[in-house]
Amino acid sequence: MTNSLNKVIPLKQAIEQYVKNGSHISIGGFTINRNPMAAVYEIIRQKISDLHLYAHSNGTGLDELIGAGCISKLEIAYAGNGKAAPTCIRFARAIQNNEILFEDYSNYMMSLRFTAGAMGVPFLPTLSGFGSDILTKWGFSKSMRRSDPKIVDDKLTVIDNPFGNWTGASKVVLVPAINPDITIIHVQKADATGTCSMQGLAFADIEQVKASKHVIVTCEQLVTKEELRQNPDLNQIPFIHVSAVCHVPLGAYPTAVFGHYDYDSQYLRKFAIAAKNSDKFKNYQNKYIYGAKDHEAFLEIIGQKRIDTITADPRTGYSVNMKRD
Amino acid sequence: MKTIQPYTPREIMTIMAAREIKNGDIVFSGTGISMLAAMAAKNINAPDSVIFFETGAIDSLLEELPFAVADPRIMYWAAANSRLTDAFATMQNPITGKKVIAILGAAQIDRYGNLNTTCIGDYHSPEIRFSGSGGGCDVASFVPRCIAFMQHEKRKFVKKLDYLTSPGQLEGNNSRQKAGLRPGGVSVVVTNLGVMRFDKDTGKMYLDKFYPGITPEKILENTEFNMDVSKATLADPPTKTELTILREECDPQRLILD
Repeated sequence: MTNSLNKVIPLKQAIEQYVKNGSHISIGGFTINRNPMAAVYEIIRQKISDLHLYAHSNGTGLDELIGAGCISKLEIAYAGNGKAAPTCIRFARAIQNNEILFEDYSNYMMSLRFTAGAMGVPFLPTLSGFGSDILTKWGFSKSMRRSDPKIVDDKLTVIDNPFGNWTGASKVVLVPAINPDITIIHVQKADATGTCSMQGLAFADIEQVKASKHVIVTCEQLVTKEELRQNPDLNQIPFIHVSAVCHVPLGAYPTAVFGHYDYDSQYLRKFAIAAKNSDKFKNYQNKYIYGAKDHEAFLEIIGQKRIDTITADPRTGYSVNMKRD
Repeated sequence: MKTIQPYTPREIMTIMAAREIKNGDIVFSGTGISMLAAMAAKNINAPDSVIFFETGAIDSLLEELPFAVADPRIMYWAAANSRLTDAFATMQNPITGKKVIAILGAAQIDRYGNLNTTCIGDYHSPEIRFSGSGGGCDVASFVPRCIAFMQHEKRKFVKKLDYLTSPGQLEGNNSRQKAGLRPGGVSVVVTNLGVMRFDKDTGKMYLDKFYPGITPEKILENTEFNMDVSKATLADPPTKTELTILREECDPQRLILD
């Protein structure tokens, strides 16, 4: 029994097995925090393309994937990379140059869409967005929607409150469920069965995981089942949702992992500068992504000195007084 | 003749926004100058206000200024670290939502306080693409009071938005309520030139205060639409105490003030 529940496999194999050309995918974290970056870089190395990405607020991972040409369709609320790039640079360029199809939502709408997917209902209601262009401007045309069974026929719908004016709302906006083929998250602790314990903000990782047909978890620490069962209250994701577990220390670098390490503002700035120029960006990718066979090799290029600088202070969970560019 | 004021435009903007925050308010904050305004209010006029982030952190102990709403600095010593669905429910639920005051920024604003944070040009093929709504549309839909922080320029104070991301008074009169929204949206606009509010009946923006050294005419020159300036009065400049607390306690390293 224990053996059959051992889901630990190398990251390279997990990506090969679960992320295919054309997959509908979501990644965990938020802008510059807890992005599953090792998995993102592995997707890029494997040259997986035509991905359909669902995001609330994504940053570093999203912009690397777009920059590498992995994404053809995007449903998103926000693309920003902190101070280094308040709007993600490759994201903006891809849209301005008509290189990807995209559609805009709000953060709550996207979070509710994952929640609906996790609950197994077709939609959820909200009072957000009446009168906005988010409701009226569609990124995906009606004909494209009708011809693709994996995309819902309508973007968003407004209906009268079926319970009269109950709670004071005359109308509600309905947001359709999302069920990605694969969600990838990076957590502080997981065991071999896939049970996860996160520290700090969970963002929408839990809903994204539970909405998804397959889930890859990468973790800072691979711990024993016994350790996680000592404090079940601290576990947000039970093993039943998880397909594969990959032990990848510093697996969210250059984004932050609360209690472990800060974001690397220097690296994010270097990425932003490179992203603005095609030749520089190619050089950047060749050096840091294609030039490293895996995440460990990538971290060797970054160097221990930089890692020491961003290492979290145990009291606060971040790197105190770190110089932030 | 330009008179040199004993404060920078950023400092007066921060203080004007901080004065809008009342004790007991839950302040929905972004980063940068909006975060600084929230911290200034807490240190000057609203010690029991609570700083709150759309990512789910509430009442964090901000020993260092965060640079993003997902910065690990907001997760330290919070009352709770939850998640997006919780944070937005807190604002959508009127029991807590009515105590929330939001601070938002935008690329464009129109006379009804509708905001654009999505794009310049055609949506499908824009000249400039911005980050998008994030939680902006949600909070502008849900909560009764929002402060918009803007640079006062004609290309930003426009007759027609290129994209309506976050609803204000929509087309004025009672169109906001007709569309299905609660009363709310942007209620005050703080710029580098003055402070604007909205007429209760028509929903139109009017000039409330202009800063020392600035005239209502100058504000109109920098606004593409017509605006009532007849009620405008000179703003009380930041006091010595306000400036001292802002400079020495809120941003001693001048990470945002410079």
